[in-house]
This record gives sequence, C-alpha cells and structure tokens, in this order.
Amino acid sequence: MKKSKYVFYVLLVPVLLWLITLIVLPHIELFLSSFRFETDEGEKIISLANYMAFFSDEIYWRTFLNTAVYSISITFLAFLVTFPVAFYISKVVAKKYSSFLTLLLLIPIWIGELVTIYGWMILLGDNGVINNFLISIGLIDTPIEMLYTDFSMTIGLLYMSMLFMIVPIVSTLESLDDSLIEAASDLGASKWTIFTKIIIPHSMPGITSGGIIVFMLVIGDYVAPNLLGGKSSLWFTEQIYNKFLATFNWNEGAAFGFLLLILSSAIIWLALRASGQKLERVGS
Amino acid sequence: MIRSLPNSPIYKYTFRLYIALFYIFLVMPLVVISVLAFNDSNFIALPWEGFSLDWFFADTDDRLGLFADEDLLLSIWTSIETAFVVAFMSSIVGTIAALLFEEEKFRFKGLLYFLALSPLVIPGVILGISILISSTTAGTFLDNKLGIDLEWLAPGFWLVVIGQFSFCSTYVMLLVGARLKKFDRTLEEAALSLRATRLEAIRLVTIPFLKPAIISAFVVAFLISFSNFNTTIFLVGSDPTLPIDLYSRIKFSSTPVLNAVSFMIVLFISLIAVINIVMSRKK
Amino acid sequence: MKHILEVKNLRREFKEFTAVDGVDFFVEKGGFFSILGPSGCGKTTLLRMISGFQEESSGEILINGESMKGVPPEKRPVNIVFQNLALFPMMNVEENVAFGLKRENVSKEDIAKRVKKMLKRVGLEGYEKKKVTELSGGQRQRVAIARSLVLKPKILLLDEPLGALDRKLREHMKVELKLLQREIGTTFIYITHDQSEALVMSDKVAVMNKGILEQIDTPQNLYKNPKTAFVASFVGESNSFDVKSYENDTIVTENGWTISKKGLDFVPTKLFVRPEAFIINPDDDMDSIETTKIKIKTVLFDGANTKLAAIINQSGDEVLISLPQNAQFEDLKVGDVIKIGVHFDDLKCYKD
Repeated sequence: MKKSKYVFYVLLVPVLLWLITLIVLPHIELFLSSFRFETDEGEKIISLANYMAFFSDEIYWRTFLNTAVYSISITFLAFLVTFPVAFYISKVVAKKYSSFLTLLLLIPIWIGELVTIYGWMILLGDNGVINNFLISIGLIDTPIEMLYTDFSMTIGLLYMSMLFMIVPIVSTLESLDDSLIEAASDLGASKWTIFTKIIIPHSMPGITSGGIIVFMLVIGDYVAPNLLGGKSSLWFTEQIYNKFLATFNWNEGAAFGFLLLILSSAIIWLALRASGQKLERVGS
Repeated sequence: MIRSLPNSPIYKYTFRLYIALFYIFLVMPLVVISVLAFNDSNFIALPWEGFSLDWFFADTDDRLGLFADEDLLLSIWTSIETAFVVAFMSSIVGTIAALLFEEEKFRFKGLLYFLALSPLVIPGVILGISILISSTTAGTFLDNKLGIDLEWLAPGFWLVVIGQFSFCSTYVMLLVGARLKKFDRTLEEAALSLRATRLEAIRLVTIPFLKPAIISAFVVAFLISFSNFNTTIFLVGSDPTLPIDLYSRIKFSSTPVLNAVSFMIVLFISLIAVINIVMSRKK
Repeated sequence: MKHILEVKNLRREFKEFTAVDGVDFFVEKGGFFSILGPSGCGKTTLLRMISGFQEESSGEILINGESMKGVPPEKRPVNIVFQNLALFPMMNVEENVAFGLKRENVSKEDIAKRVKKMLKRVGLEGYEKKKVTELSGGQRQRVAIARSLVLKPKILLLDEPLGALDRKLREHMKVELKLLQREIGTTFIYITHDQSEALVMSDKVAVMNKGILEQIDTPQNLYKNPKTAFVASFVGESNSFDVKSYENDTIVTENGWTISKKGLDFVPTKLFVRPEAFIINPDDDMDSIETTKIKIKTVLFDGANTKLAAIINQSGDEVLISLPQNAQFEDLKVGDVIKIGVHFDDLKCYKD
C-alpha cells in the first residue's frame, strides 16, 4: 500500500523512544555497570570482581541454582494442577458457565500478589486459620509449622503464578474442535490415547506460553519467597534486593541481575526451541 | 470425556470434586482476608471476637482504621495517581505500537517487535534495577557535565511511572494488536479512497474500531500498575505506592487494617468483574 | 479529452511473480469498462494501481490526461466500491455518504443537500439514520456506491461488488448498476471474474489472464470473435479440442475427429466450437457445413438452456450441443444417433 511517509514516522518515533530509552539503554547500562568496581581505595575500575563475588561465595551460586531448579519444578507443578481446570472450563462444563469460571480465575490476578500472599500468611500461620481449624476439630493438638517453610513458599509461588497458565491453555483448547475428540472416541481410542495424541499436542502452544510466563513470574518473584519462605528458602531475587536496598552495592547487584536475566532468558530460549515456538506466540 | 460424550459417573464426580477443591483453594485467602477485616480484635487471627467496623473507621490509640490512617490513604492515593498516569501513557504508546507493527512494513521490524515483547520475559526486578541504574547514571551525568538537575530522574513518582510504563505498554500493545488483527484493512483504504488523509483514516475509522480494546487495555494497565511491586520497589521515593506500603507493614507492623485495605481491593476488583459480566451480557 | 483513463505499459512485479505484465489500454469518458479474468490474473493489482493503493513497478497511469505518478489515493479523482463494500460500521448511512464530503471541507448545508440528493437517486430516501449493519445486501451496495458517487469522481472503480449477493439479487443489481451508470454518466471500471456481469453491463470488456490483457473488445465481439484460445474458453461456453494436425485444409483432433477448415495460415493447436454453433440434422444442401454423426449420451435439461451431451462417433470426443428453443427435437432420446453440422466460420482455431 502506498502510504504517506510521515504517518510512518509519527508511529515509529514514540515506539523507538519507548524501546530505546526504557528497554535497550537501561539493559546496556545494567551490563556495563556490572563490570564497574570500586576498590578499597575508592578507585573506580573495570573488572570482573562483581562476578567473582558471585562465584566465590557458595551461598550465592547455591541460591542461584536453587532458584532455577525450584522455578522449573513449580512451573511443572502449575501445569499439573491447572491443566484439568483448563480442560474442565473449555471442554467439560456447560458453555454458559465457562466464561464465568474464567472470570473468577482473573480476580486473584487483578487483586495482586501482595494481598493474596498476605491471605496465605493468615491461613498458614501457627495461629492461623488452618491450624485453628484443625485443632478445633481435634485432628491435631499443637499447630503444624507451615508458615516460613519451603511448603508455604511453594504454595505462594504456585498461587500467584498458576492462573497465568490456565488462560492461554483455555484459549488453545477452545480452538480444538470437539468433533476431533468425538471422532477419536468413535474410532475406539481410549481416554489416555485421546489425551496424549490429540489434546496435549493441540494445546502445546498454550502450554508453552503459559509455562514461560509462569516460570518468568516465579523466578523473578520476591514477595512470596520473602514473606512466606523460611530462613533456608533463599531466592535469588532476594540477593539482588539486598544488594540494592540493604548493602547498596549496586554494581554487584547489577552483576547478579544480569546473571538472573541470562538464566531466565536461557531457560525460556530452551523452552521455545524445544517446543518449536516463537516469542510472538507467547504474547498472544 | 467432553460435554458431548457420555461420561461415567466416577469420572464426572471426581472431576467436579477436583474443580471444587481448586476454586476453594483459589478463594480461600480472599475470603479469610475479607472476613478478618471485620473481626473485633487487635490481632490478625482467629478466634472470631465479633463483628466490628473498627478497622475501617476507628481512630483510637490502639486501633487506627483505614479511613483514619492518613499514611495509608496517602499511599492509596499515590497508587491511584501513578496507575492513572501509567495507564494513560501506555494506552497511547501501546496503541501506536500496535498500529506500527500491524500496519507498517519496515526494516528491522522483527527486531523492534522482539524488543517490544521482551518485557514479557524480563523479570520485573531486572527492569526495575536497570532503570534505576541508568536513570541515576543519566542524572549524575547531566548534573556534573551540564549542571542540570532533573528531579524526575531520581527515585520518586515519575521514575515509578517510567518504570511501570516500560512494560505496561507491551500489554496494551498486545491487547490492542489482537483487536487490530480483526480489523478489516479495506475500511482504512475506503477512507483513503474517500479523500481522507492517512491520519484522518486512523482517527476516524481505525481508532473508533479499536476503542473497546483501548478501554480494556487502559483498565488492564491501571490494574497492573496498581498492584505492581517487583519493579516499583526500586524506583519508589519517599511516597510509597500501596503495594510498597502494604509490604513494609506486613513485614514490620501488621494490624487488621491491612485486611481492611485488602478487603477494599477485593471488593473493587470484584466490582470490575461484575461490570465486565454485565457489559458482555449486553452484547 | 476523450480518454478519461490511459494506462501505458503498466507493470507490477512482486518478489515471486509478476502480477501485471505490461498492460496498455484506455477507457473512454462515460463508458462502462470491465476487466474480466479468473482469480489471480492480476486484475485486483491493476485496480489497486489505478486507485493508488499499490505502486507500479513501471509504466504510467493517466487520468484525464494527468499522470498519477506519486499521487496518493486520497488525491486521485477516483473512488472505489470495495468487494466487501467496506462501509464504516461505526457510522450510519448518512455519515457514511457524507464522509468524503467532510474531508473535502464542503460546507454543512451543501453536504446535507448533496447527501440527500444522492440517497434519493439510489433509492435510499428515509434511510439516513439507519445503521449500515441493519441494511439488506442490496441496500448496503447502494450506500457504497452513493458514498463514492457523491464525490463526483472522474472514474468509479468497482471491485466485484456483486460477489457477496445471492443470485437473484445479483441479476437485479446488474441491471440497476447499468441503468445508474447511464443516468449519471460517470465512467465505471468494473472488475469481475463473472463473465455474465461483464458482458451484460459493459460497453467494453478487457479480458485479463496471467498479468496481460488478452483482448479488449465489445461484449458482442468478444463472444463472437475471441482472439485467443484463452478468451474463447473463458468467455462463454465452448467445446474444446486439442488439435493433432492440420494438413490439406483438414483438422484432425487428438482423438481423431476429422473436419475440414479452409485457409488457415498457421497450424492450430486448439479448436473451439460453441454449443449453439452445432446444427442438428442439417439439410444436405446447406453450404459450408461440415457434418458428423453423434450418439446422445444424456440430455441436460435447463429450460431455455437445455443441452445434449453427446459423443462424436468418429473420435469419441465429448461435445455439448445446444437444443433450439422450439419443441422440434423434444423426442430425442439417450442412445439416438443423429447427424450434426457446424459452419466453417464457427470453427475457432488457435495456436498457443
């Protein structure tokens, strides 16, 4: 289409400004400052010292690996927990209820992480609702320790991220023609065969997008590990927060941040490669 | 297996039970928060001491209710202001980006689109610290070399707006872009053929078509901004937004007033959801 | 200025193919000109170049004698009626028709006057405030045309606007469009793949295939004297035969039907005969008639359009033969063997 050129620039300039000043330049600066180092004499030099700090202190890289393993596990857990729900909403429940059930899923998302995590603190505490309830029905005598453990942290991370898994899976499942399942059933396929040969392959794009978003939210989360996790459940973001907000060692924090960015990008890239998907699809 | 096929009762009821448990899991924290907001107690815990609105309205030595707590009200107001500005700015830029990527062909488009999507896969922490570091660098540079002191480059209201805007625009772009994909391009050509300039065609035909999507993108951006913590924590100045305030209170000085605020948020969001249902019923 | 539109050696190349491959033609002022071709022949690209939505690779377009090079669509004195009509769904009928006038900064009173007049002309009086989504197919059609014509374009381009209508309405709209064009005198350029639309409405038809214009002619000539094999097969119905040889004024088809045709100065590869060119049971004393025996396979009854499907005894070639509209041959049955004839001139021969 032949178009007047100036409209193109009217559209291009704001987008360029946004992306260059707020995405590209800040990340370059993050990268650069991760190499800046202030010696004991107060001299500013370029060095790998910030990265050395990471590798030389066990607690850092242990936390780093721990966070990675945990995030991947929670992503899989989120898939296991939510897939039946997505399937129920899109394929089983009467159509008139499905949009209502989907909307219900969105409410905790919009309420925000802080409020819902706070709710879990109230539920899981020693003096919390669940322990109170269990004691009052006589199931236990002393409270079970749930808050400030890996368990409570996992619940929190799962809760705040899993809903982002359902929505994309629901939308791919909705595009799966019911008659395919009916045909497979008519041709004598078992439920398991239908599930593994038709339903899962078809919803793979949704699963990948959902998985990537869940993983990203979990690995970058601070609130759930910090408020629900115990002394031993360290999250790598907490190290970054400490560098910036407690010890004010920004350069080291930048190095840590950059490492986290590389970790999350690498895992997301691998996930995209493995599923043969493009980043564009994640957005939809 | 699906609604159109016969299912065994065991399959049906196991499935229903699971779904019920899931939704209980989903609403449990929200219910607990809301109920305890009305508990006549100084502690955020059971037992139930009776119904009270103290944590909304009280102004006594040991109970400071939501509507008497000026700090809390201030942080709510800051969050509303921030969210409004962010939603406004990102609705504009996100819509422009959607138009650019859907309607124009140009070199490096793929790269630029990749950049525009990248906030989806960059953890909020990283966005926060990169913007903090670079705004500080830029501020120092301008101050030292040119003697210009730009206040909005230091942590505070505008830096929070900038940080949240950087990723909210992506969500707006995706929401508006999805609607734009359904736009019949010949409508714009028809406008051009009827003597409209390209800008007039966009303003008179394309934008009215996109309006519902832009409005919902505005709401989405508002809500994302309103509840954002991960990016905001690094950029906030002396006036905290609500999530920041809530966080430090949970951490250091929690009273049931937190439940009162949370209840108000739950109420507000549910209201939006109800409006959403009513609106879609109309269609 | 006699030629309202002149197109000179126009080409449009895309990465993988050439959509328009050197096209030359002109359109007379006030004419109804159709461009007829199968889908993918390049007619839409041609239309988009005339309207300015697509840039030409080379060549020139002159409207009213002025070159349109680099002139954006909104500045060209042409308007389009789109295939899907592209009525603005967010505006009512009146606003749709007034859209272009507002862009031209016509005064409010004038706009109101002209819109009213135009709506009256297309028979949509009283529909001003209706939403376009509430209109019937035919009414929407009229709004689309009115919206363009109210701007008094030099040329109105129509891109298969009848395609979406059902058959009955389409037949009706053909006549209506033709009458409307006569009445207002604006030059119409009509793009279609439907030969009947083109033949019924047009003063002149250009047949397009694979990016080139095969023939530009009046509908009558196009039908009677197709210049190329493509035109012969695309316009109207034809029996086609592959030709094996042409010697001693005699054509032999691939399957062995032998028929004489005098005076060709080339060796044809294709032979076309229209179904109505066959004469059933011709008199023996008729001049210039070639005869052959056929066996009736089936009768395809279609009212005035009834045909015989038959096999030529000599070769086994299948042919369709029109039945005259009187009851003369009503008693023909499947399996009958009859004699048919065809006039020399109706044997249309082409070389690829």
